[in-house]
Amino acid sequence: MNASNRGNEDPALLNAMALRAQAVREQRMLLSLATPAVLCVIAIIVIPVGWLFYLSFIGGDGQPTLEHYQKMLTYKSYARVFVTTFQVSLLTTLVCILIGYPLAYFLAILPQRLAGLFMLTVLLPFWTSLLVRTYAWLVLLQKKGLLNDFAIAMGLWETPIKLVYNLTGTLIGMAHIMLPFLVLPLYGAMRKIDRDLVHAAANLGASPVQAFWKVYFPLSLPGMVAGSLIVFVLCLGFYVTPAVLGGGRVMMVATQITAILENQFDWGAASALGVVLLIATLFVLIAAARLLKLDVALFGKR
Amino acid sequence: MSSKPDAGSVTDSTALPIHIRGLTKKYGQLYALDSVDLEIASGEFLTLLGPSGSGKTTLLMAIAGFNRPDAGSIRFGGAEMVLTPPHRRDVGMVFQNYALFPHMNVAENIAFPLKLRHISAQERAERVAVALETVQLSGFGERKIDQLSGGQRQRVALARAFVFRPRILLMDEPLSALDKKLRERMQIELKHLHDQLGVTTVYVTHDQREALTMSDRIAVINYGKLVQIGTPEEIYNRPANAFVADFIGESTLLPLTRDGSGKLSFEDQIVATAAPGDAAGDWSLVIRPERLFIVQGEVANPDQTLRFSGVVRDFVFQGESAFAILSVGGHYELAVRFGSTSSSSRPLLRPGDSVSLGLSREDAIVIPGQGEQ
Repeated sequence: MNASNRGNEDPALLNAMALRAQAVREQRMLLSLATPAVLCVIAIIVIPVGWLFYLSFIGGDGQPTLEHYQKMLTYKSYARVFVTTFQVSLLTTLVCILIGYPLAYFLAILPQRLAGLFMLTVLLPFWTSLLVRTYAWLVLLQKKGLLNDFAIAMGLWETPIKLVYNLTGTLIGMAHIMLPFLVLPLYGAMRKIDRDLVHAAANLGASPVQAFWKVYFPLSLPGMVAGSLIVFVLCLGFYVTPAVLGGGRVMMVATQITAILENQFDWGAASALGVVLLIATLFVLIAAARLLKLDVALFGKR
Repeated sequence: MSSKPDAGSVTDSTALPIHIRGLTKKYGQLYALDSVDLEIASGEFLTLLGPSGSGKTTLLMAIAGFNRPDAGSIRFGGAEMVLTPPHRRDVGMVFQNYALFPHMNVAENIAFPLKLRHISAQERAERVAVALETVQLSGFGERKIDQLSGGQRQRVALARAFVFRPRILLMDEPLSALDKKLRERMQIELKHLHDQLGVTTVYVTHDQREALTMSDRIAVINYGKLVQIGTPEEIYNRPANAFVADFIGESTLLPLTRDGSGKLSFEDQIVATAAPGDAAGDWSLVIRPERLFIVQGEVANPDQTLRFSGVVRDFVFQGESAFAILSVGGHYELAVRFGSTSSSSRPLLRPGDSVSLGLSREDAIVIPGQGEQ
């Protein structure tokens, strides 16, 4: 039977029009709830980023030009900045995984109430200012800092070790600040893993180590991927910590942008760097989504 | 299938008996298991039956090794297992929520225990195929777990639990998530499968009907203690106490009075001439509702029949049977169940009717205690 939606003589279509109109109205109402958010996104993201794009194609004389992008290709220093940025981000992510995975696992096997308490110790630093935490690391790690003093007093090493104003200091600070972004999604994913699955693995003959690698780890992987991506992408554009703890020796894109603005006041070149970083980040996300079925990891879709 | 010492050494599963002695597990002040002794014969289908929180699952988990008891012994055949970690116990288990690995397909799930036992890929494939056929899921190997219905998941869990030919199979309320029709069909299928595999099976349920349907023997558990153990008929026909009588099937408990000579009687009818066993304390008469029958006029052998007369309080038609609650002797209630005969001759009772009931003396169950009435 080819039921026409428009024929309102048919008793099978009684009130069909009115019901459909009601459904559409309800959908519109729901959509209208998103309006403030959409307006915000347009005002503080779409317009400024558009402006950034525009600026990156404007030369010093106010004429449209590609010179900023050409410079990036010709000068080696730009390439180095991008390599450093990706290196530091990758290393930070790895350090976060190495510290964060066991931590999240520990939290996930604790009883809920205890886990909440321990989670507080992860979150508490998260709520203090980024700048405060970064400078706190400076105090701890510098030549006459707590760590060096303590280690020398203990006889662990004799002359102060350079722990700050280099890659080591940058990694320590960044990993500390990024850790919650990895632990939170990972912990969430681990909590959702049914303990019976590990029991089942043991029952079927898997030793605790086998049960972990064959059942628990694969199931926690989506959470780890989600957390790692958040950390990695946040690291790519990170400014404060690399600037303070890197002491100008770890040049990442964000620090380079500031340097360009401070030294040359070249908005075009700075914008071009920002645009390239943005596009590179998008590529990373798209590649990760393709490779790892990110929609599953981030949104729990099947 | 003779000379394959490495891979095929587990060719035929030899069922093992389970001996449990003095098994005790305390949670705080509460005994989850209170010195449980239990002998499970090789190849037997034993059901642990009890209300939730009775300790039946704790006992099963202790057998599987997921639960460390405070004291006691669990032996499989001659081998003490109480200190053995779960992955070396070699028991199959079907979990309540199936616990299928969501990141593996059906065949990978079933092959998991075989892989761990280093069985060759070819034999693995063969055994997975046989297992799938046994649970009537041939051709489902490539399916994802989330593409299966509840009943199909149940079968996969079952196949995974027996594919490595364990000598003992444990099941933790495996049918509780299924709807009634499917559950009843699976009960029969599980029973068949048990007969086919011949493996010692310990089955946990709180559903007394399921226990009666499937078991060789039932162990009734309450407050961490073994209350009664016996065949379904023994448990149903000769409950050891008020708890078992009340928990298994429907029953009415009537308090008995005892005279000086030890005779037990209800409302001037002598039910038993001498109280069985320990004569001290209270005694009750357990009446199964379906064992009562309506008496019109005189009964054939009055010596062998107990008589009750009462007034119908409620009458409910339930399809295959009808159910009535009678007021007896002023302040007792008596439940009666009538089989549905042909639709025209169905005994029609109305509230307020006076009825005379008979109970064969051999159906009168006398138990110690008074129940909770």
